[in-house]
Amino acid sequence: METPLLTMNGVTKRFGATLALDDVSLSVRHGRVHALIGENGAGKSTLMKVLAGVHPPDCGHMTLGGTPYAPSGPAAALSAGVAMIHQELNLAPHLSVAANIVLGQEPRKLGLLRRSQQDATARRALARLSQPDLPLKVPVGSLPIAMQQLVEIARAIASDARVVVFDEPTSVLGDDDTEHLFAVIRDLRAAGIGVVYISHFLEEVQQLADDYTVLRDGRVVGTGLIADSSLDAIVRAMVGREIDEFFPHVAHQIGEPLLNIRGLTGIDTPSDVDLDVHRGEIVGIAGLVGAGRTELVRCVYGLDRVRRGEVTVARIGNVGQSPRRSIRRGVGFVSEDRKDEGLAVDLSIADNLTMSRLSPYRRYGWLNLASRDRGVVRWLDRVGCKYQHPGQPVAELSGGNQQKVAIGRLLHQDADVLLLDEPTRGIDISAKAEIYRLVGQLAAAGKAIVIVSSYLPELLNVCDRIGVMCRGRLREVRPSVDWSEEEIMHSATGQEQPR
Amino acid sequence: MSRPGSETKLATTNRQRVLRLAWQALAPFVGLGVVVAIFLVYQVLERPDAPFLTSFRLTLIAKQTAIVGMGALGMTVVIIAGGIDLSAGSLLALTSVTLAVALKAGTSPVLAVAIVLCVGLAAGALNGVLITGLRLVPFIVTLGTMLVFRGLAEQISEQRKVSAAAPDWLGTLLDPPAADSWQLVSTGVWLVIVLGLVLAAVMRYTVFGRHVFAIGSNEATARLCGIHVPATKIAVYAVGGLFGAVAGILDFNDLNQQGSPTSGYSLELEMIAAVVIGGGSLTGGRGSVLGSIIGALTMTTLRSGCLYAGVSDPVQKIVIGGIIISAVAIDQWLHRGQGG
Repeated sequence: METPLLTMNGVTKRFGATLALDDVSLSVRHGRVHALIGENGAGKSTLMKVLAGVHPPDCGHMTLGGTPYAPSGPAAALSAGVAMIHQELNLAPHLSVAANIVLGQEPRKLGLLRRSQQDATARRALARLSQPDLPLKVPVGSLPIAMQQLVEIARAIASDARVVVFDEPTSVLGDDDTEHLFAVIRDLRAAGIGVVYISHFLEEVQQLADDYTVLRDGRVVGTGLIADSSLDAIVRAMVGREIDEFFPHVAHQIGEPLLNIRGLTGIDTPSDVDLDVHRGEIVGIAGLVGAGRTELVRCVYGLDRVRRGEVTVARIGNVGQSPRRSIRRGVGFVSEDRKDEGLAVDLSIADNLTMSRLSPYRRYGWLNLASRDRGVVRWLDRVGCKYQHPGQPVAELSGGNQQKVAIGRLLHQDADVLLLDEPTRGIDISAKAEIYRLVGQLAAAGKAIVIVSSYLPELLNVCDRIGVMCRGRLREVRPSVDWSEEEIMHSATGQEQPR
Repeated sequence: MSRPGSETKLATTNRQRVLRLAWQALAPFVGLGVVVAIFLVYQVLERPDAPFLTSFRLTLIAKQTAIVGMGALGMTVVIIAGGIDLSAGSLLALTSVTLAVALKAGTSPVLAVAIVLCVGLAAGALNGVLITGLRLVPFIVTLGTMLVFRGLAEQISEQRKVSAAAPDWLGTLLDPPAADSWQLVSTGVWLVIVLGLVLAAVMRYTVFGRHVFAIGSNEATARLCGIHVPATKIAVYAVGGLFGAVAGILDFNDLNQQGSPTSGYSLELEMIAAVVIGGGSLTGGRGSVLGSIIGALTMTTLRSGCLYAGVSDPVQKIVIGGIIISAVAIDQWLHRGQGG
């Protein structure tokens, strides 16, 4: 057997009392895609930082191309031939595409930049990615995110990387761009480059990877060839329990209509949407990025401007004019952007949970913070949030627990209609399962729930009905059992149904 | 799967958190203590015959802190809301001149004070309306109104100092109390302390206060939670203006019952420095009323101490500049790791 391109042997890394990596071994071969799978906090990003030389391992060693590899930092790793494509891209937005591609390794002579050579290098790198059309002169910041990612990959190519590590590259991309990225990664593979692909989207891993390694609690709990392993086995290794628990089913009774949307039209999207959601019903909204799903719920909630249409709750009042009114009428909204919009992460859990409704703790104009903390504790227990203290900043919580605070806020403000935009984005698998159970329990308690999601298995397993949006229109709403993933994608891409 | 040691880890992080919170709250006091300690050491080494902490000096320090401290109270609210108010110094001049002109024209003192407070409220509200209505950044709007208010002050006073007779309750706010009085410090200083306590309670225990923190920490979240962001912001700047007006009244006292159109030049920067030394963050969402008062006190003590130690004025400026930067650096260091 050939020598592996990159190996890690018995790598252990400890931070204080936490064992972040425990005796991890990994081997990446030439021209293969090695998927690194695990929940958030499993040790994937620590492993990546060890590879990049940000953290030296406490024990264990690494080799690259058969020789010992111990980078002193990201720059050393890059010059040794290990390039990282981070989730948050590392680009200088005001510089041109070409300048970004050669950033840090500019061709120069006597300190002067050799512009023609810079452009030639950049063009060569882009050509190897089959992207010869990408303009070299435009500032990177003006390009869409998918293109920016390609620029970053081109930089790795230009530095003659032998191993390219991708950290959740598709989390920022739409479906078309994801397909495109996969084609690029397959090109890298064909060129003999070893690819490490970090993800928790198993569907992607199945499509793309040759080998896989599953991390859990800093340890390798499974490794092998993708072709030889079932999805179930991988998920079991990831979560350490059975898949049935992943979409826990909570029985709920569908009641009378509660939220009625008629002809709702926003500035760009949505256009002319009709939808009824009943008490105790979970309705999913599927569609491609840009189809207007997020805009639909934002218009209903009153965050985006509505051009015309009507939104009523329990047949009264035209909600959707401002978040204030919506809250008063019993509508709650969880934003897809938890960090920048959904929560004030520097403020305490108690502040965040009660932000939309402080009145119960007010007497003669003054707040009783002790009774607020007691109330907060009750709601946190109800949503199953793990925390240390209600006064703790939300930023200290894991993504899943942050999301529970966001949902807890809706319960605290006594919302009957819950609009959840990508409620499980970026949270780990066991937290997802807990969110699904919570949503089911809320439906059982008679809430009307709308979930916008790009993760189809979640919609198919959690929702009672699913509607698909395409170019601002809600094309059709059917019971979930009448949909398959393929049919949803057909509908979302605007094709006629083969039925 | 249970991880051994996770229990103890939780306990230590909790203890660390409490310690860090205590540190953050106490840091401004520690800074003040260090400044005082430096001059006490100087006293022991160089001037054992002339003590640093005399009651005369303490009264003077308290008096000199009053004006900046009062302005810093309003600035604290503005900065917690994620804003900035560069017009505070000019507003101080405008309100002190307004008071003097009103009194000189024979307006009853109570009415004159009411007018001045209304001018402060209106000026602050104007800042707020321009910021929310035109969607401009506070820095630009208040940079503009800084010139507008200064110009108005000069216009009203015809570019001269305006003297006016005021009754004792309005004209001797910063005079030292009688030696046998229970008061210890001047009425103006008490005013800062009382208003500071009230404001601290408002920020912590009222819906308005929590909404200000929410807006400063994340405006998008605040809007999503149904908080009336524009109205709250206008109120924030109006409160800032109100405290600016009270600072103007104190300034009228400091100048022996004169309103001066040249008062308070660059005083807004000292107010901002006081807030920042006291733990306020210019990105919003963080700040403490008590901390800001201590911040103002630290700067005055430093000045007074430099005078005591015979440090020249230019060197004083350099020292204070250095203190501001190191205070913020230390504060940032204390907050590091939060959210990790």
